[in-house]
Amino acid sequence: MAAPAVKVDNLVKRYPSAVAVDGISFRVERGVTAALLGGNGAGKTTTLSIVLGLLLPTAGNVEVLGEDMLRHRYRVLPRLNFSSPFVDLPHRLTVRQNLLIYARLYGLPSRRERIESLAADLQISPFLERPAGKLSAGQKTRVALAKALLNEPELLLLDEPTASLDPDTGDWVRSYLESYRTRTGATILMASHNMSEVERLCSEVMMMKAGRIVDCGSPQELINRYGRTNLEEVFLHIAREHRIELEAAK
Amino acid sequence: MSCRLCSSWGRVWAMLLRYLYLLRSSWPRTLELLYWPTLQMLIWGFMSQFLYVNSSYVFRAFGVLLAAVMLWDVLFRGQLGLSMSFLEEMWARNLGHLFVTPLRPYEWVVSLLSMSIIRVVLGLAPAALLAIPLYHYSIFSMGLPLVAFFAVLLMMGWALGLAICGLILRQGMGAEGLAWTVVFTLSPISCVYYPVSTLPHWLQHAAWALPSTYAFEGMRAVLFSGIFRTDYLFTALVLNVIYLGLGATAFFVSLHDARRRGALLQMGE
Repeated sequence: MAAPAVKVDNLVKRYPSAVAVDGISFRVERGVTAALLGGNGAGKTTTLSIVLGLLLPTAGNVEVLGEDMLRHRYRVLPRLNFSSPFVDLPHRLTVRQNLLIYARLYGLPSRRERIESLAADLQISPFLERPAGKLSAGQKTRVALAKALLNEPELLLLDEPTASLDPDTGDWVRSYLESYRTRTGATILMASHNMSEVERLCSEVMMMKAGRIVDCGSPQELINRYGRTNLEEVFLHIAREHRIELEAAK
Repeated sequence: MSCRLCSSWGRVWAMLLRYLYLLRSSWPRTLELLYWPTLQMLIWGFMSQFLYVNSSYVFRAFGVLLAAVMLWDVLFRGQLGLSMSFLEEMWARNLGHLFVTPLRPYEWVVSLLSMSIIRVVLGLAPAALLAIPLYHYSIFSMGLPLVAFFAVLLMMGWALGLAICGLILRQGMGAEGLAWTVVFTLSPISCVYYPVSTLPHWLQHAAWALPSTYAFEGMRAVLFSGIFRTDYLFTALVLNVIYLGLGATAFFVSLHDARRRGALLQMGE
């Protein structure tokens, strides 16, 4: 049986002024879409950064695709990728130049064909020769997604994949991600606070609050557990509970 | 093994291509590369013509000031070439993307060093070639010693550049200005235009601790006496190995520290 796509044990990230991740453990099986859900400062992006190897944890273990991410990250990096609307591609290079460079970094053999095929899929062909800095938010998101799919990753990590997109483009991106996972059997782990997105895409949700996982399960399980009608209500319940706890502590 | 080497070279080439695309995308940046070395050469060329008839120092070897100004630019452009390519990543906030690819930090450094060579050659070649018809002086007439001086100064530029990049990784973009200024603090004691003996005795010790001093003293020995001082070359290379080791350590330790602090995703303007 294949190792889980992501296995996190007792992960801690402590900064001098705060604890961003406070001893979390979880696993994401292969072929599923999972989400880290929580408000601002819950520790979602920190957790994703550690899984990506961009951030070193204070304590704990992270295994990605069966490899220890802290010791053997270069064995895993060719098999994963990441996209975030908050990390732009270099603005002064054209979209094609950016994609070509990343295709080379991943050592892809048929770079031009891969870029053309992704450009057609993601409808970015008309602006392949345009500087990345001159794209609209929706175009940037699609280009970032093209970059993230260049190496056809087995594990795709997404930070707020549809943030700042209009509903139509957001819906288009969600559909594309669903079809990508179905077609390739890839695993997707996303950080989000877009409840409808998570409800639609994810089969597993980890609710985070103040650096901890406070609950987990499928969206429907969570909704039933809290006796609510949708995930947004569950989220609000947990967030408000936290606020009451904080006020009581004060 | 050879396949790993090919992959590694592929990634170095990818990064090099990135910086070449950037250079090509902006003609003012390319012009800036050529502008200062050429302007410096023109000023010091006229100064040399004037001093040739008014100073016994320049009369002994017409090209001494011109060669000095061009070789100084090897050090300056070598350091700046590396730091500028590094800063491009910081300005673009691109470290987060780069370090989730299989790119190793040392491969990135190799691409930065390669880009530094390209920038030095692009910047200096027009100035060196223009000096031939304008002042009837060719720096290439120095022959093989020129290659040695070039290498010594370039290596020192790399050591400085790596240390500065390490400092920027540690301190953030507030330290960006160092990329343009630090090298000039070494200029007075590198004895670019005058012999080391001009300096006060106590400062000469500091001067002899710099590889650049050996390069410029060696250059004067070639131009004035036609002697190539291999002892200078050897000492400069040993010092360069030490400084490169220190510069590279500062860079890699700061990069590791940036990963610990979570700065790779946040670093930028």
